[in-house]
Amino acid sequence: MCKTSLKMLVGLFMLVLSGAVHATDMHTQVIAATCMACHGPDGKSRSAFMPGLAGLEASVFMQAMQEFRSGAREASIMKRHAAGYTNAEFEAMAAYFAALK
Amino acid sequence: MTTSRRDFLKISSAGAAFALTGCATRPGALAMTARAHVVVVGAGFGGATCAKYLRQWGPNIEVTLIEPNERFVSCPISNWVIGGLRTMDDITHRYDRLPRHGIKRVQDSVIGIDTDRRVVKTRNGASIAYDRLVLAPGIDIRTDTVRGYQEAEAAGKVVHAWKAGPQTALLRKQLEAMPDGGVFVISAPTAPYRCPPAPYERACLVASYFKRAKPRSKIILLDGNPDIASKKALFQSAWKELYAGMIDYRPNNAPFAVDGDRMIVSSDFEDVTGAVLNVVPRQRAGEVCNLAGARNDSSQAWCLVNLATFESTTVPYVHVIGDSVLSNLPKSGHTATSMAKITAGAIVELLAGRQPDPAPVLANTCYSAISDSRAGYIANVFRYEAGKGYVSQPEGGSTPTGDERNFKFAQAWARNIWADVLD
Repeated sequence: MCKTSLKMLVGLFMLVLSGAVHATDMHTQVIAATCMACHGPDGKSRSAFMPGLAGLEASVFMQAMQEFRSGAREASIMKRHAAGYTNAEFEAMAAYFAALK
Repeated sequence: MTTSRRDFLKISSAGAAFALTGCATRPGALAMTARAHVVVVGAGFGGATCAKYLRQWGPNIEVTLIEPNERFVSCPISNWVIGGLRTMDDITHRYDRLPRHGIKRVQDSVIGIDTDRRVVKTRNGASIAYDRLVLAPGIDIRTDTVRGYQEAEAAGKVVHAWKAGPQTALLRKQLEAMPDGGVFVISAPTAPYRCPPAPYERACLVASYFKRAKPRSKIILLDGNPDIASKKALFQSAWKELYAGMIDYRPNNAPFAVDGDRMIVSSDFEDVTGAVLNVVPRQRAGEVCNLAGARNDSSQAWCLVNLATFESTTVPYVHVIGDSVLSNLPKSGHTATSMAKITAGAIVELLAGRQPDPAPVLANTCYSAISDSRAGYIANVFRYEAGKGYVSQPEGGSTPTGDERNFKFAQAWARNIWADVLD
């Protein structure tokens, strides 16, 4: 009985730890989710005309965002969005989308 | 049906104590196992999105979503229905995929909110306790501010079609039944109102329909504002190049009365007769905000919130998102989803005893069609800065003209944002 509850307490402790990891990450989760309004929930687009973001290689995402921001890459709307974020945010989002399956 | 928050905590604590039988109880551990309960009122763009991301980012949070309507009907793209480019089926979606996220959906209306005891009461008699409450009711249309409106609306003579639904379908029918050579009168309310570009988009799409089907017909746009309130260059270029001589634009001309029998709209300057009257009255935050005492701006029409968490500035534990909020942020469906995500993140942090993000970032993208094949957009990123609120970032703005590529993007946007809200 006590062993079970000890396990539970360890489990709760782990939960607290993972919660702490989440906390540093909430800003990234929210801005990544903001991309999904146009690019599809979980980074999976429902439209062939709009690229999905799930599983995109981090370097590909980074390069695209920087080129949208500088104007080096022609786009309809993405320069306006890319200009609103920092490089640190791009890196965090790149890692996030790369890890989405 | 009735479970108070206190009872809920008691039950949860009892469950936790049972699990730990035989060992010394740990008050800390007990508190953690009590599940926090967030109630979201309104399952539109803002509310449904908030419920979904609360569950995704706070899997230990219990989420109840209260919405009276059986189905979601999208305001974005509803002008396309009015212009005959889409059907009601295209903009109507089921809520059946939301329960997969662990959201408890309740089809009911909120008729009372006790913000001291933190309980909402519903029309069907339920009392639902909350730790935090999210209000996302959209707008109330103030039909009482235009003389004769309520009678004309009840008689089916005058519609606003500013909440997508039966009036959207009725307006489309009226336009179809209108003889060639008729006059369509549309009025835009004085700001702030839901979806600033929508009156002008609607004028374009009805003009596009007239051009195809009723080329001798005309449109009179009575604007309560001094000028085109959004995407001015886009709409002006469309009216000039695509609809020359078809759209008569009259600024500073808000109707104060309608006569549904004689089909007359009256403003301070003139009486205008039309075959189809689409008068859109002024608006305010949805009634549930009033029930919570959160309609707290100086006019008691809109809601002021702490913009980093969207918690009411005057009613603790009550968050307001979407069109009901008074701020510099646009009243669009897309903005409502962005507010919903920031609010979901903030609530997850607050319920865990952590500090919410002090510098959230929000984005808006809003397409407007100007014909059956062309569209333009406005897009902005807003960064929150303490003391300043949301600061629009430099590259934000709108397209001066419409094109075919953005018409395709508008359709892709709709499919993906509907999925983001409901799937």
